[in-house]
Amino acid sequence: MKYTPQDFKSNQEVKWCPGCGDHAILASVQRAMPDICEALNYTKERFVFVSGIGCSSRFPYYMNTYGFHGIHGRASVIATGVKVANPTLTVWQITGDGDALAIGGNHFIHAIRRNIDINIILFNNQIYGLTKGQYSPTSKLGMITKTSPYGTVEHPFNPGALILGARGTFFARSIDVELKLTQDIMVASAKHDGTAVTEILVNCIIFNDKTHAVVTDKENRADRTIVLKHGEPMIFGKERDKGLILDGMKIKVVKIGENGITEKDLLVHDAEEENPGLHSVLIDMKYPEFPIALGVIRAVKDKTYDDNVRDQVIDVREHAKIHNMDELLHSGATWEVK
Amino acid sequence: MQHKVIDTKEVVVRFTGDSGDGMQLTGTLFADASAIYGNDISTFPDFPAEIRAPQGTVSGVSGFQVNIGSGEICTPGDFCDVLVAMNPAALKANAQWTKPTASIILDSDTFDEKGIIKAGFKTMDPITELNIQDRNIIFAPISSMTKESLKDSGLDPKAILRSKNMFTLGICYYMFNRPMESTFKYLENKFRKKANLIAPNKKVLQDGYNYAGNIHAIANTYTIQPAKQAKGIYRNINGNQATAWGLLAASEKSGRPLFCGSYPITPATSILEELALRKDLNAKTLQCEDEIAGICTAIGAAYAGNFAVTTTSGPGFSLKSEALGLAMITELPLVVVNVQRGGPSTGIPTKTEQTDLNQALYGRNGECPIAVIAAHSPSHCFDAAFYAGKYAMEHMMPVILLTEGFLGNGSEPWKIPSMKDYPDINPPIITESQETPFWPYKRDDVRLARRWALPGTVGLEHRVGGLEKNNNGSVSCDPLVHERMVAERAEKVARLANFIPEQSVIGEEKGEVLVVGWGGTFGHLYTAVKELQSEGKKVSLAHFDYIFPLPKNTAEVFKNFNKIIVCELNSGQFADYLKAKHQQFKYYQYNKVQGQPFIIKEIVDAVNAIL
Repeated sequence: MKYTPQDFKSNQEVKWCPGCGDHAILASVQRAMPDICEALNYTKERFVFVSGIGCSSRFPYYMNTYGFHGIHGRASVIATGVKVANPTLTVWQITGDGDALAIGGNHFIHAIRRNIDINIILFNNQIYGLTKGQYSPTSKLGMITKTSPYGTVEHPFNPGALILGARGTFFARSIDVELKLTQDIMVASAKHDGTAVTEILVNCIIFNDKTHAVVTDKENRADRTIVLKHGEPMIFGKERDKGLILDGMKIKVVKIGENGITEKDLLVHDAEEENPGLHSVLIDMKYPEFPIALGVIRAVKDKTYDDNVRDQVIDVREHAKIHNMDELLHSGATWEVK
Repeated sequence: MQHKVIDTKEVVVRFTGDSGDGMQLTGTLFADASAIYGNDISTFPDFPAEIRAPQGTVSGVSGFQVNIGSGEICTPGDFCDVLVAMNPAALKANAQWTKPTASIILDSDTFDEKGIIKAGFKTMDPITELNIQDRNIIFAPISSMTKESLKDSGLDPKAILRSKNMFTLGICYYMFNRPMESTFKYLENKFRKKANLIAPNKKVLQDGYNYAGNIHAIANTYTIQPAKQAKGIYRNINGNQATAWGLLAASEKSGRPLFCGSYPITPATSILEELALRKDLNAKTLQCEDEIAGICTAIGAAYAGNFAVTTTSGPGFSLKSEALGLAMITELPLVVVNVQRGGPSTGIPTKTEQTDLNQALYGRNGECPIAVIAAHSPSHCFDAAFYAGKYAMEHMMPVILLTEGFLGNGSEPWKIPSMKDYPDINPPIITESQETPFWPYKRDDVRLARRWALPGTVGLEHRVGGLEKNNNGSVSCDPLVHERMVAERAEKVARLANFIPEQSVIGEEKGEVLVVGWGGTFGHLYTAVKELQSEGKKVSLAHFDYIFPLPKNTAEVFKNFNKIIVCELNSGQFADYLKAKHQQFKYYQYNKVQGQPFIIKEIVDAVNAIL
């Protein structure tokens, strides 16, 4: 039996603002679920959605799966506990830029460092929405918000850079309105063993409208973004006539057909390269100098935390001298009183 | 000098030295040897917060006191019969804890001008300065004898000097006629990968023993007959180990794998260390990035169906407060262990206190009652942890277990129980339900516990979380729904009183004074009350293991006494709590907040003062 997206919709009324980018992500994830089940032979009851606090963190209520709406910043650790306790579950963490990168920053990087097999969807709208419009750790320098009436004086995080710094094994990026791309990334994320982080650029229509518009507006999107695909040359643009080449240690945008450049000269995306050097450059690309990178940017293989735990338990139990409490209680130095 | 063999019922020995001198190990080995010999024992490690404080200074002194006896021993003893001081600073810090008749063994090699000045003495005659001339002072050249003993051992000079604690231990074994086999065995096991260290350690131990026998400076040696203990197999256990094992026992009896998410913190760390060893019993431990992660990973594990615990001490417990509220409102089983230490803030981290009771009872936002259980002795930590786990899982709620540094680090002989004597634990796990969709907050009538529907179960998909919800699981901020859910959760905790044992009284059930205590002060209060009873005084003891809810018969117990005195190592937190819960009684108080256990005499005096 193949599932349909409908199977993953709960009976709860969706309460995000009309026009919020979160609606599109919910739709993408619900569409991805049947694909994931088919690809990995999963059943619905194995899914657990865990969130923290914030607009995006209401997400688990809208999924007809197991779900845990946690406390602010702590979704990664609740998700970690779920996964370690029962590694057969497929665990999805829903979080925002405030939840994951401010109050939960420490847990976020440590989940990635451990490479626990969870999927993290990071809704990045560069603002605190649920508290009504304060700057977040990803708000642009100088941005005017309720708590920065004269403009922020803080440098923002680039989430992807943070993930590489924590030796992350999977990083992807999408845009709320790119439903099909998000759907495909969700499948890739599910297939990845280890902490898989997908940053989705989300529009907050109330408090930070059009924050990503310069790259996400429909008329310019193809020229200002590049969708990276493993094994394929880095081509972008409405006319598919632009590409990326390596110029020394830097990346350069070129036009195919100009100055003798052909498709063969372009960089070919290798998401599975362990060395994070080029991934870092791709993650850092900013408009207007570069298109911003979308798709699966990095997906490398490494041992996961939950695999290591399982292997250790099996190994220890194989050689164990103690098999139950009574044996433990009598282990070590004991004496008899007659 | 006349050599006397003193046959005594009880002897208190205190080992003191620099925190690098190995006094904790020396004390532990001496205690183990005595327990195996058949004495009842009680131990009390008392060490500084610094791992290696400046050598030779009073602030760096580490101590380990052990009380050994042929009768029932319930405390590590107030004052010692034998003090071992490895340097002048140790003598300075500990002379006050010696009995007038005590023997004091000193490493004379450290009593040079430099050492005496460093310890802060004003004169070059520490003995007179401390006014302890009448004690039996034994100056033994422990350092130089150790060097001599091991000069052909092939060990480097540093390693040789480190062995001086074994020489000291040898002296004590002579003084107390202890068999050395258990220590030999310990050394063989400890150094099985460094076999070259076994023979030198045994030699220096033996040389210390022989030295003590040869010098004739030791006026008294002691024999302490084995205690009359109940038949059975015994072991030594400290409170933290017993806590860890009690949790493992609850895991075995419930069939739920144990998960512990924790962050290292003094004096709770060794619970995590003990559990980390127990992968053989399918326990998983996660050393987290912080205290909050500790409890939140545990909450996630509880949601997924493990028996989840997190272990900490006061400051870490503060950090877990918000998440404790989450565990409470999601109604998931969780045991939070707080091995209390001196606070507030970092406070005196290696010292013992009972000052987190208010925090355990009240330290959360919103209406958030959580059951509180306290352990009363090192070995009782096993039962306390087991029942904390049983109640958490069967009643679907977090339970706070309070122990203390004094219990966690202290040890005593323990008659090993059999797991068949412990009850089964039956968490309300379900695999199907009659409602569609499933109602996560539907309760049973008796306990008011909700059902535990584990992720992975077909058809029971549901969402929990920190937002207020209706019994069907949908988010609700309806005023009446909130008030009802608050009441249901509180009633669930209150009904635990129907499942815990009634409060018992030690001594007559009617009398003049009822001494009331809780937690780790049990040994001291018990000994003090026994002493008063032996003088014919009408004094009894009610020592509480169940703090919240209180046993149902609490008022019945209290009303049979003319006076009630609540004794605790804080400024009166349990007394205040009793005043709120049972206002009809007048409560006298005896409080101490010095980071140190009670001494028996002060309890006796406090009771006599109101008799």
